Amino acid sequence: MADQLAIGSRRGLRPALPLLLPAYLWLTVAIFLPLSAMVFFSFMTDLPLAGKEWSFTLGNYAAFFSQSLYSKLLLASLRLGLEVTLWCVVIGYPAAYVLAKVLKGRSREAIFLLVILPFWSNGLVRIFSWAMVLREGGILDTALNAVLPFKINIDLMYSYPAVIIGLVHSYVPYMVLTCYLTLQAIDDSLIEAGRSLGASRRQVLWRVIVPLSMPGLIAGSALIFVPVVGSFMEPRILGGRTGTFYGTVIEDQFVAVFNWPLGAALSFILLAVVLIILALAAPVLRRAG
Amino acid sequence: MRMPRLTALLTATAVFVSAFTAYAFPLAAQAAEEVHVLNWKGYGADEPWAVANFEKATGFKVVNDFFNSEQEMLTKIRTNPGLYDVVMINAAFNDQAMAGKLIQPIDVSKLSNYADIAKDKAGSPMLDHDGKVYGVPWVWGLTALAINDKSFDKPPTSIAEMWNPAHKGRVIIRDDAVEAVQFGALASGQNINDIKDLEAVKAKLTSLMPQIKTFWSSENDWNQMVASNQIDIGTYWSGSADRAKTHFKLPVSLVIPQEGSVAWLDAFSIPVGSKNVAGAEAFINYMIDPKFYVEWVTKVGAPVSANTKAVEALPGDAFNRKVMGDPEVAKRIQFQAPITDEQREKYLALWQELKVNVK
Repeated sequence: MADQLAIGSRRGLRPALPLLLPAYLWLTVAIFLPLSAMVFFSFMTDLPLAGKEWSFTLGNYAAFFSQSLYSKLLLASLRLGLEVTLWCVVIGYPAAYVLAKVLKGRSREAIFLLVILPFWSNGLVRIFSWAMVLREGGILDTALNAVLPFKINIDLMYSYPAVIIGLVHSYVPYMVLTCYLTLQAIDDSLIEAGRSLGASRRQVLWRVIVPLSMPGLIAGSALIFVPVVGSFMEPRILGGRTGTFYGTVIEDQFVAVFNWPLGAALSFILLAVVLIILALAAPVLRRAG
Repeated sequence: MRMPRLTALLTATAVFVSAFTAYAFPLAAQAAEEVHVLNWKGYGADEPWAVANFEKATGFKVVNDFFNSEQEMLTKIRTNPGLYDVVMINAAFNDQAMAGKLIQPIDVSKLSNYADIAKDKAGSPMLDHDGKVYGVPWVWGLTALAINDKSFDKPPTSIAEMWNPAHKGRVIIRDDAVEAVQFGALASGQNINDIKDLEAVKAKLTSLMPQIKTFWSSENDWNQMVASNQIDIGTYWSGSADRAKTHFKLPVSLVIPQEGSVAWLDAFSIPVGSKNVAGAEAFINYMIDPKFYVEWVTKVGAPVSANTKAVEALPGDAFNRKVMGDPEVAKRIQFQAPITDEQREKYLALWQELKVNVK
């Protein structure tokens, strides 16, 4: 029986190979090779370019641990990642619920379109339009002062809240989409059963709906948390003098000071920290689910 | 995280590929009549009208390539031996390029405009080594202060204005470690090329941080800030301030504070292995020609030419002639000297620490 299964699966694999080949070839060329090059760079004293001396070193990784600067920045970035993820849940989950369970037909399509719209616009354009809205004398400031009877001064530009706003706007669609998929799959009769057996609305939410949609929440959170921790464009443009984060320092190493080895080492430390966090969080979240 | 890593990977691949092709095909086909120029983007050499004029006059074809930092420029000429014919190098980096055997001596007798270059610039020890010329001075300028005219009745005279509580949250400086540290050196009364008391610089910059609105990285940032009246004062480049005023009609004035200003000198060099030295010489000569310079200033706005005849060809009230040519100004400015890698890293560490402690 076991043998037969093995033969069967081998037979299944062989005809599949030509189909898999392009994907694997692409992965090897576009992801694996450059990534290996970056690992290699991160252990070098200098880039291996014509006429320059270089040798292997652990110094780039040591730099992270010897200067409190980098760990401080990494903590700030992790905090940013958590806050943005939290806001995405607060905003995205109810929206996903309404989309999946309340709205039907045309209105659902229309709201869906609005949710996905940010995906279709260029990231830089999105950020610069926020700059126009948030600055002093900007759209938000002018609009509120036109309506309110008293004078208020809104200048959110170049601040931590501005970074959060920009990032939440960019990433909330991920949360809506992943949660929508799991919420939609929940059988309505389960909710009705819970209600008919005497559970309050709140009990149904916490005991039935949230647990069943947990995979979507987790997937969405991971999809948001990981890129936000390494984000550099939004903090740089919206954050002003408070916009220095781990991602911007990595960008500086590559673009401004041309210290690729240190930039690569910092990137891999970030990758390791993120993987550790996800690994630690996985069992907890699974139990919760 | 996805974005920076992907970009990094792509650039890494590009560097690898270019490094290998440079080794494998050193004699890659390159038409002899092409002049390959490496410079900052939008910095004179790539002006379409200038390229067209040069091509018409000499028959050479100009191929422009750009860099985003001096380190990138050095890497590009290192990894592509023989590709470039002309490279624009800040005088403070000329030493490093010469020591790395990246650039070759220039036969200045072939450059008819070279004789008109100001003697202090043409004879600069940063560009001439062992009696040979490794860089032809092109333009120079200042990193000084610029003000929003709407915020001042009378232009300030001291660098201390940046620390004035009246401008809290309306000050801007460039996100550049070396520039920031040298600015701090000026503010604490030190020589920018021989900073003895780095702690004093750090203390000065630390007290400046709460004043700052944001960091600028391009001219466009600065000009937009002024256009939307969000800043009062900040560090700015002299050529850019001129461009903001004359070209974009913004309320911007350059201030050269009594404490002094950082000055820089940009020069053209010919990389070792250039396949078209004659074309390179013709191009450099064209770049320092008064006719090109006047057109550049009038059409776009530019720093000050190192060619005295070119500056004299400007109208008498032109900023680059009246203000920058003022002997009083000349006394106050300090030219940037070469910086070692250790210094650069020390400055960067200090700057990053300052930025992180703002949080």
